[in-house]
Amino acid sequence: MAILECKGLTKKYGKKEALRQIDLQVEPGRIVGLLGPNGSGKSTLLKICTGLLTPTKGAAHIDGRKPDSKTKAIVSYLPEVPYLNDWMKVSDIVAFFRDFYSDFNLTKALDMLRNLSIENQVLKTLSKGTKEKVQLVLVMAREAKLYLLDEPIGGVDPAARDYILNTIIRNYNPEASVVLSTHLITDIEQVLDDVIFLKEGEIVLDCPVDELRESKGMSVDAYFREVFKC
Amino acid sequence: MAWIFTSDRPIYLQVQEKIKLSIVSGEYPPGWKMPAVRDLALEAAVNPNTVQKALSELEREGFVYTQRTSGRYITEDDMVIKQAKNELATELVRSFLGKMAAIGFSPAEAALLIGDKAKEVDGNGDTGM
Repeated sequence: MAILECKGLTKKYGKKEALRQIDLQVEPGRIVGLLGPNGSGKSTLLKICTGLLTPTKGAAHIDGRKPDSKTKAIVSYLPEVPYLNDWMKVSDIVAFFRDFYSDFNLTKALDMLRNLSIENQVLKTLSKGTKEKVQLVLVMAREAKLYLLDEPIGGVDPAARDYILNTIIRNYNPEASVVLSTHLITDIEQVLDDVIFLKEGEIVLDCPVDELRESKGMSVDAYFREVFKC
Repeated sequence: MAWIFTSDRPIYLQVQEKIKLSIVSGEYPPGWKMPAVRDLALEAAVNPNTVQKALSELEREGFVYTQRTSGRYITEDDMVIKQAKNELATELVRSFLGKMAAIGFSPAEAALLIGDKAKEVDGNGDTGM
């Protein structure tokens, strides 16, 4: 059964339609890229899947259920804006997550944070890139079934990007799926199974990366530039 | 370091070719136990499913085999490796001849040039020893 399924999903902000009739399925064990320019509806879609927003029409189902407290227990979400209290020490936040989420894998988190050697630092003193790494580690250290990552590689340097991609590959689990939104495709393309292109709230493409490369003879990045040329 | 991929072809095919090259060159010797899918994926910095697909293809072609409980191994069949080596060499020669043709050399002229160059390299090899 699909871990994530959207049927006729529509979201309006007042008169503006942010999402229009979205139908999609994400099977277990897939890493899916949600790609689209700014304002195409990526974050809105992820927020509906987490239950932070309610759809105007249609529905998103996580493991067969509409978003509720049970689905929240199996969904690990990385929002695009930082939400951690920045007066806390990294070690405090890790403890906080361990208390809050029953599926939090402490060993895994400490293991991933070790290379950064920042345990005793206060979050406020960390650089933007390091903060983003910490957030991603916390999110990926949960043994969730669905990881929803909103712009995980947004503002970080290439080395940090490698660290983040590495973290995603390292935590790969055939039972779980990852959906990540981004507009920086080049760096992430080889980590993805499938890509979904969103354009003005509609899906214009939903297919496996290698299938696209095979049929178009170009990278997803090149194809993206073609579809979204302005 | 992550492996380098070209952008115009499926990634699993490129992973498959890279592993095949490692087998033919002896970097992955016959009978060698391959790293786990996840470790290969990390090394190549690609999706584990992509590595899995490449390995399944290699298995279908007889380059690797799976021992049910202990993992995946490189084939010990010399014929398979030798044949792959010949195919690879043929492909290289074909592409070389294509490039030579583009700058106005016929295959015969190209062969002549290779003969000369080969003598030179052999000669250097002898005196160098």
